[in-house]
Amino acid sequence: MTTDAVSRSSVGHNDEMIPRYSLAERVNHWIGALAYMYLLITGLAFWSPYLYWLAAVVGGGPVARSWHPWVGLIFATSVFWTFKEWRRDMQMDESDRAWAKAIPYYIENEDDKLPPVGRFNYGQKLFFWGIFYGVILLLLSGIALWYTEALPWSLRFVRYAAILIHASVALITIGLFLIHVYMSAILEEGSLTSMIHGKVTSAWAWTFHRSWYDQVSRGSRRTQ
Amino acid sequence: MSQASTEIIRISGHAGAVPGAGLNRESRVCKLVDTTTCIGCKACEVACLEWNGYPFSETTFDNTYQTMPETAWNYWNLIKFNEHEREDGTLMLLMRKDQCMHCADPGCLAACPADAAIVQYANGIVDFQEANCIGCGYCMTGCPFNIPKFSPKARKVFKCTLCNDRVSVGLEPACIKACPTGCLHFGTKPEMKELAETRAQQLREQSGFADAGVYDPAGVGGTHVIYVLHDAKHPELYGGLPNDPHVPLSLRLWKGPLKWLGNLAMVGGIVGMVFHYMRFGPKKEEEIKPDDDGRRQ
Repeated sequence: MTTDAVSRSSVGHNDEMIPRYSLAERVNHWIGALAYMYLLITGLAFWSPYLYWLAAVVGGGPVARSWHPWVGLIFATSVFWTFKEWRRDMQMDESDRAWAKAIPYYIENEDDKLPPVGRFNYGQKLFFWGIFYGVILLLLSGIALWYTEALPWSLRFVRYAAILIHASVALITIGLFLIHVYMSAILEEGSLTSMIHGKVTSAWAWTFHRSWYDQVSRGSRRTQ
Repeated sequence: MSQASTEIIRISGHAGAVPGAGLNRESRVCKLVDTTTCIGCKACEVACLEWNGYPFSETTFDNTYQTMPETAWNYWNLIKFNEHEREDGTLMLLMRKDQCMHCADPGCLAACPADAAIVQYANGIVDFQEANCIGCGYCMTGCPFNIPKFSPKARKVFKCTLCNDRVSVGLEPACIKACPTGCLHFGTKPEMKELAETRAQQLREQSGFADAGVYDPAGVGGTHVIYVLHDAKHPELYGGLPNDPHVPLSLRLWKGPLKWLGNLAMVGGIVGMVFHYMRFGPKKEEEIKPDDDGRRQ
């Protein structure tokens, strides 16, 4: 490190807060998160007799059965809004392929050995698309389960497909959800708070999303 | 046969044998429907409504004797009529009383997620306990006979109880009591099976129905409602009676392998994360380092 660099070093800039999520993005995220928690609790109650007691926690089996589809609609709306807002940021590109190859470094917390990352990394993009396509399948199969009695007997194969699709896809989203919560609330310090007050430190952005940091800091210089 | 709960096995301070012990040779009950002697009078439909206290539903008219297309949440017993043209050009009016089959391996019960919403008694009756029903409708998916029906008003599912309330006090089901031709029989499963086989043999040997037989489908472990059919090779002719009914494969996959795979994956995932955190710990932000040309990266 040159003296010049040290003099220009960013010690003062490390803690500088830069905006990452807008208020609308954060409100939408937590609406979706609460809806998913409800769907998870009631869904698990229907999934296994050993977890049926979870239904009692949220008002009993019949109440859970009545609300689960409606809350599902809220969750789907939240996901579709996220899709509208983040679709472009979530496009896979060449750097994602390089990042995917280097994923062991990410797992072993050697983030400095990874290629620079834009606003979202490859894992976040996988999570996003998994939830997006998952919600479409859950919605379609869910409607069939919601109004089973409206499906004529001649179309019973739809019922048979729906029970299997709904449970399988729900399990995949549970896997994604667990990883998401672990990564953002426990593993990566600064992630959870960024979804609450909307800001990250410059150092956080530089460490985990360097391309995005470059873009944002260039942009802020331009606007200044 | 039906009063197994009241049968006394031992009596204290009692000399000699226990009166009535061993009286119940068999606890499994069975309803036998002989379609070959049904005249389609619908007395069973009326008796069912009478006993269970449901109002007469509006009937539909489609130029046949059919009361309505299928059973309803408050109409558990329905004769299905089929004007069947045989290979020799003659006509047959096939009539089959449709109701819950009370499977030994009930798909509705396998599908149900609500604790004690469906029970199977030792006598073979599969009964819905509406107080515990959450109205999810999974039983409608699990049943291979299209029997459980959803009530939008009650938001619960209903079906034939095989008159569990009557059978438990030693009476025959209401439909049996009303049948004027004796095409409906009620007794133990082995007795009804024997009676049905005898009748089928009679039809084969004396009435020219070479394919006459008994419908007691093995795919659902046998049923506690069995039929004598003129043509046991084509049960679909009798108002869509499935030829080889099974609990749907997707239900078996869902409640079997998928359940264990899913539980393993969920628990495994959580354990894996705990180990990951213990091994690698949290990801911490680093101080910004300038790159070679002195520019902050």
